[in-house]
Parts: sequence; C-alpha cells; structure tokens
Amino acid sequence: MTPTIAFLLALTFLISVGALLALVWSIATDQFSHGASAARTIFAAGEVGRAEDPAAGRHGLADAPRDATDEEAVTARREADLSSRVPVLTLLASAVVWLVVGSLYGLLSSLKMHMPELLADIEAVTFGRIRPMHLNAVAYGWASMAGLGAAVWLVPRLFKTPLMGAGYATAGAWVWNLGMVLGLVSIGAGLSDGEEWLEFPWQVDALFVLAGGLCAVPLLLTVRNRQVRHLYVTSWYLMGALIWFPLLFLLANLPYLFPGAAGATVNWWFAHNVLGLWVTPIGVGIAYYMIPKILGKPVISYRLSLLGFWSLALFYSQVGIHHLIGGPVPTWLVTLSIVHSVMMVIPVVTVAINHHGTMIGHFGRLRDSPTLRFVWIGSLMYTASSLQGSMEALRSVNVVTHFTHYTVGHAHLGMYAFLSFILFGAVYFIMPRITGWEWPSRRLIVLHFWLAFSGIIIYVVALSIGGWFQGLALLDGDTAFMETVRLTLPYLKARSVGGALMTASHLLFAGHFLTLLWLGGRPADRPTLFRSTIPEGRT
Amino acid sequence: MTRTIAIMAGAALILLFATLMLVVMPYTQMAGAPVPDELEAYSEAELRGREIYISQGCVYCHSQQPRDPGFSNADQQRGWGRASVPGDYAYDQPHLMGTMRTGPDLFNIGARQPSETWHYIHLYNPRAVVEDSIMPAYRYLFRVVREPLPSDTVVNIPDPYGPEHGTVVTTREAKDLVAYLKALDHTYPVETLPHKQKGDANGR
Ligand code: HEC
Ligand code: HEM
Repeated sequence: MTPTIAFLLALTFLISVGALLALVWSIATDQFSHGASAARTIFAAGEVGRAEDPAAGRHGLADAPRDATDEEAVTARREADLSSRVPVLTLLASAVVWLVVGSLYGLLSSLKMHMPELLADIEAVTFGRIRPMHLNAVAYGWASMAGLGAAVWLVPRLFKTPLMGAGYATAGAWVWNLGMVLGLVSIGAGLSDGEEWLEFPWQVDALFVLAGGLCAVPLLLTVRNRQVRHLYVTSWYLMGALIWFPLLFLLANLPYLFPGAAGATVNWWFAHNVLGLWVTPIGVGIAYYMIPKILGKPVISYRLSLLGFWSLALFYSQVGIHHLIGGPVPTWLVTLSIVHSVMMVIPVVTVAINHHGTMIGHFGRLRDSPTLRFVWIGSLMYTASSLQGSMEALRSVNVVTHFTHYTVGHAHLGMYAFLSFILFGAVYFIMPRITGWEWPSRRLIVLHFWLAFSGIIIYVVALSIGGWFQGLALLDGDTAFMETVRLTLPYLKARSVGGALMTASHLLFAGHFLTLLWLGGRPADRPTLFRSTIPEGRT
Repeated sequence: MTRTIAIMAGAALILLFATLMLVVMPYTQMAGAPVPDELEAYSEAELRGREIYISQGCVYCHSQQPRDPGFSNADQQRGWGRASVPGDYAYDQPHLMGTMRTGPDLFNIGARQPSETWHYIHLYNPRAVVEDSIMPAYRYLFRVVREPLPSDTVVNIPDPYGPEHGTVVTTREAKDLVAYLKALDHTYPVETLPHKQKGDANGR
C-alpha cells in the first residue's frame, strides 16, 4: 500500500467519524429541534393515540371521523390521498404486473438449475438470459415502482399539502414502464450490457434517468408548499433516495468509461448502492411512517432516527467492494468496504430500536392489521439481513460464502423478506385510501401472507445451508468440482418449492388487486382486517 | 426550503465523497497497472465469441477470477491458475469476473482444456461429457444437416446425446465462442502478485 493511499484511507475514516460526531453533537444540543415534538409531525392534532388502521371506529365509513377532534385529521388525509391518486395507482399497478412477470422468470430460473433440459432449446429462455430478466424485473420493475408509488403517496401526507405536479409522476411511471419493456426484451434477445444489475442497454437506461427525474418533480414542487415546519424522518429517506438513484444510475451506466478491473469496482459499487441508497431508504422510510401511524404512537426515539439516516448515507455508500473480497482489486479498497460494512451495524441498530421499540406493548395488533404484520415482519427482516450482511463481509466468513448460493439466500432475505414485505404492507394500506374501495377478501390477504412467509423461509433456509456446504466443499481442493454441484441439488430443489409458494402468493395478490380495481371492491365501510374487530352484523 | 436543500445537498455530497473513494481512486490506481507483456489483445473472432458469452449469460455461473492462495488455496489445487491481477483484465470491456461458481472458474480454461472438440460436445450437451452436469445445453448454437459440406466443421456427438437423424455441425457463433474460451489463458507470469505462486495453470 503506497503512503498516499494509506493517508487517504486514514483521511476518509477521520472524515466519516468526524461527520458522525458532529451529527451526534448537533442532535444532542438540539440544533435542529429534533425532539419528541418532531416525531409527532405526521399526526394531526388529537390523532396520537388513534390508530389509522383500522380507521373505522364502530360506526359507518371506514375512514369517517369519530368525533370533532378526528374531523381535521380525516379531512387532511382524504385531501392528501386524493391528490396523489393517479400517479400512485399507475405506479402500484405497474409494479404488481412486474412482480408477476419477475416471479415467473425467477421460478423458471430456479427450476432450470436442477432440470437443465427444461425448455433448453429455446434461446430466449436460456438460464443466462432469464436470470438477469428476473433480477431486473423484480428490482427495477416491482421494488422500484412500488417504492416510488409509496413515496409519491407519502409526499402530500408528510408535507400536509396536496401533491403538486402529479402529472410529472404519472408521465414518469409510463416512461419507466417503457424502459422496462425495452430493457427486458433486449436481454431476452441477447443484447445485454453484460454487467450484473446493469444489463439493460445503456440507450434504454437513459429512459430510467428521465423517469426517475420526472417522479422527483412532484416531491420538489410539493415541499415548497409544505404546511409542516419539521421534515419528518421519512421525508429525509425519500429525498435521499430520489437524489441518489439518478446520480448513481447515470454514472454507472456511462458507456465505455470504466474498462477492465476498474469496471468491476464501479459495477459492484453501483449494485450495492441500488440496495443501500435506493430501495433500503424507501423501505425503511415507509416503515417509519406506517408503524407509528397504524399504532397511533410516535416513534420512541426520534433523535436516533436521524442519526440512523446520516450514518446510513455515510456507511452504505462505501460497502460495494465487499462483493470482490479476494478478487483482483487493490486490498485497501476491499478493506475500506469491509470496514464500512461492519459500521453499518450503527444505522441498523438505530432503526431496529425505533421500529421494534415502538412496537413494544402493541404486538397484539399484528393479529388484526395486515399492513402492520407485513411491515413489521419486513422491518424485522431488515435487522436480520443487515446484520447477516455485516457478518458476510468479514474475510473469514466471506471466503466460504462468496461464489455460492448462500449469497443468493441473503439477497432474498433482503430484497424479499425485508423490502417486498414492507411494500406489500404499503400496497394494502394505500389502495383503499386512494380508491375508496376496500380489499374484497380477508382470506386472500391471509393466504398471501402465509404463502409468501413460508415460501421465503424455505428459500432462505435451504440456500443458506446448501450454500454454506457448497462453500466449504469449494474450499477443499481435494473435493472434485462436480461434488460441489451434486451436494447442492437437494437445496436447489427446496428453493424451487419455496419459490413456487412465493410465486403462488404473488398470483393471488395480483388477482386480488385486479378484483379490487375491476369490481370496485366493496365500498370502504369497514377495513379488511385479518380478524374483524367489529361484531358481524353491526355497522 | 433551505432545510430541504441542506438535506439533499448533504446526501449528494456524501455520495460524491464515496464516488471519489470507490470509483475515482481505484480507477486512477488500476488504470496505471502494468499490462503483462505476454497478454494478447483479443482477435476479431474472440471478441465476437466474448459477445456470445455475454449474451448467453455464462457469467451467472462462471467466475473469471482465481483467488489468492493466501486467501484460499483451493483454486490453485483445482488447476484454475494463479491469482489474477488488475493488468490481466486490460482488454476486458465489460469485465466478466462473475460472482457465482455454480460452474468452475474459467479464467484459464483455454490452458486447461485446449480441445476444441471437447468444447463443442460439451456446449452441445454438457451431460455428454460430464455426468450430472447442470450446465444448460446450447444446442441452438449448432446446426443439424443431412450432408455436411466440406466447409462445415462436423461434431461427433456420442450416443445417445446426438440427434436421431443427421450430423451436427458448428455455427459461426459456436466457433467464435470456443475461440474466446481458448483465449482464456492467463498462465504467463506476472510480477505484481501478492504472494509467490507458480504460473502453471494446472497448479502442478
Ligand atoms: C446454470 C449454470 C451454468 C451456465 C449458465 C453455464 N455453465 Fe458452464 N458449467 C456449469 C457447471 C455446473 C459446470 C461443471 C460441469 C460441466 O463441466 O459441465 C460447467 C462447466 C463448464 C466448462 C468446463 C470447465 C472445466 O473446468 O472443465 C466450460 C468450458 C463451460 N462450463 C463453459 C460455459 C459457457 C461458455 C457458458 C455460456 C455459453 C456456460 N458454461 C454457461 C454451469 C453453467
Ligand atoms: C419478488 C421478489 C423477489 C426479489 C426482489 C428477488 C430478488 C433477486 C435478486 C436481488 C437476485 C440476485 C441475487 C444475487 O446475485 O446474489 C435474485 C436472483 C435469483 N432469484 Fe429472486 N427475487 C424475488 C423472487 C424470486 C422468486 C419467487 C424466485 C423463484 C424461485 C426467485 C429465484 C431466483 C433465482 C433462481 C435467482 C438466481 C440465482 C443464481 O444466479 O444462482 N426469486 N433474485
């Protein structure tokens, strides 16, 4: 390691620690007035102590005010929700379509890994094409669009003023969809750019930068009109995500700029930032809104939540090279990413304290509120997958798990059990509010939950065990390579079972979503909960 | 509004800082890495083959980055070659290092398996040469003809894996792909290795 690099390395570390200390100081001395009052920004007067889900009290309409103090809150919510209706519906409906498409590609990829002759003669569905199609469909189609939909829906609620410039977001959604179609068709036709997470041809990528920018316009327009003094932590996460993603996506996709080994560092720096600086802040931000709102209780430590935000920005932006541990890139770079991966424990623990701490005393609500159940399980899995990730970055663990199916298990714990669960919860919450129709069937929601939950547990457990054994076998030079393939087969088959359950749950979910839209659901006179809090027959 | 701008600017600055560390610095360092003397640039056919490798998605199952024996010795024992160094990738655009080893590392497959015929049969149906292989078959990169022309390269597929009638011949795609695989030979010595290692691809 040259002295310059050693110096720069030390410098970055000092800057990071310095920035963190400055932040701790500013919060401790109340420089931003981030006290308990700030945590109540998302509630209207008199709303604390009242759950929004189930919004219905014992009388009439699900979202009808219960008394005079409720009046203001309910009217404000209605206005906010109505103003974001069109773009949110467009984004969420598109996301559900990509979820189904993506899961089917995922399931087919999984089957092909233990049945290599399945549909082997059709070039467009060879494993090496449908696997990236799966990733791009679920990451950019489902997760990103559902996340954007929830973000656009949250903006007027957070700023307590109707959404401005909704048309930009709607246009953004359609440009995004166009990009998805062109991108997936290109991969299927064999026109991939060749790097993981960046497979879409760069010409198509321009559409995503444009669409992302369009979706950010309403945020900027609305924030100017805002009626709240303090910006609630969810808005920090959303603003962060919406500024990071276009920058990252543009930089990483610039064609012909980064050759050879440097290209690999840019590739993985980007790929992990899609997770860390795009979908994670959106997921965490949604949970920061939903959990307090559903419980009618502010988060327990608002100051911690801001510490969590800035430490996430500082540390998550530099973890990417842990995908190249032991690879042909400078050692200092790998070390830097490992250090930051371990430091990620800080933001993760702050989020965990807030989300789980706020839940304490209210776990009973998991039995009735579908949104709470999905969102809180998602948040719990965020804690789990992030701590797992910090461990995986350690050299001694990574030497086993790198290059194996273990990583894929970890990826699904994060992208699915954490993020997708929170997004499912958000869709269940948002749809009745923007359409005025309730979910038609409680049973379908229950079934969706249990299929998805059991599916992902089977998926992750199977690949974690199988991947670990695969890694140990790969490390033993005396084991014939084919042995490492054969020993994974039972686990790959189990993954297909788990994946089939997940896919089935998505088909039900999409069907339910369509029914809600086409048949108009039932009028929202009573929320669809896992169990009825209202004795049957009484309205 | 100022607070909004402050948050967004702060977020963007942090990202900029990370970009300096994780993109610009490694780039300047690795761009200056010496290109090994014996590393040859790809030929036209090999480059076309590389495009096939990309479009068929071989990278999702095969890595191209043998590990440093100080980290894990198994790669050398399996004959996958010495640890790779940044200079080895001087002509690789985009990089194809990969992160999965569902199949073996291919960075030195050209040295390990020089037989074109083996590659053709293996691509036509991996199970014809390796029992239980889970690698996909790439039969669509071949043609079945009744009477091969003199210019055709005939591939004799062992029973029962061949077609019922006719003879299997290569397409240009298959030839280019195998040309690329044979070019994957980084067994020459390099000076910048972190640990002392033999340059022999077979690790013997
Ligand atoms: C689904 C994962 C998968 C994909 C996709 C895949 N392979 Fe493989 N590959 C394997 C496995 C497993 C083996 C080991 C068994 C065997 O030799 O067939 C292997 C072995 C090989 C070998 C022999 C390596 C050795 O050391 O003997 C070569 C060469 C190879 N693959 C080339 C390719 C090429 C070229 C492509 C793309 C056209 C490709 N593979 C796509 C899984 C895959
Ligand atoms: C909808 C939610 C899902 C999300 C967000 C998701 C996300 C991902 C991600 C991020 C990867 C890349 C993993 C890596 O490279 O380390 C991936 C790969 C994969 N996923 Fe999913 N996935 C989802 C659902 C599914 C389902 C339902 C299946 C069905 C079995 C599935 C099967 C696969 C397979 C087979 C791979 C390729 C693994 C490999 O190359 O070895 N996924 N997915």
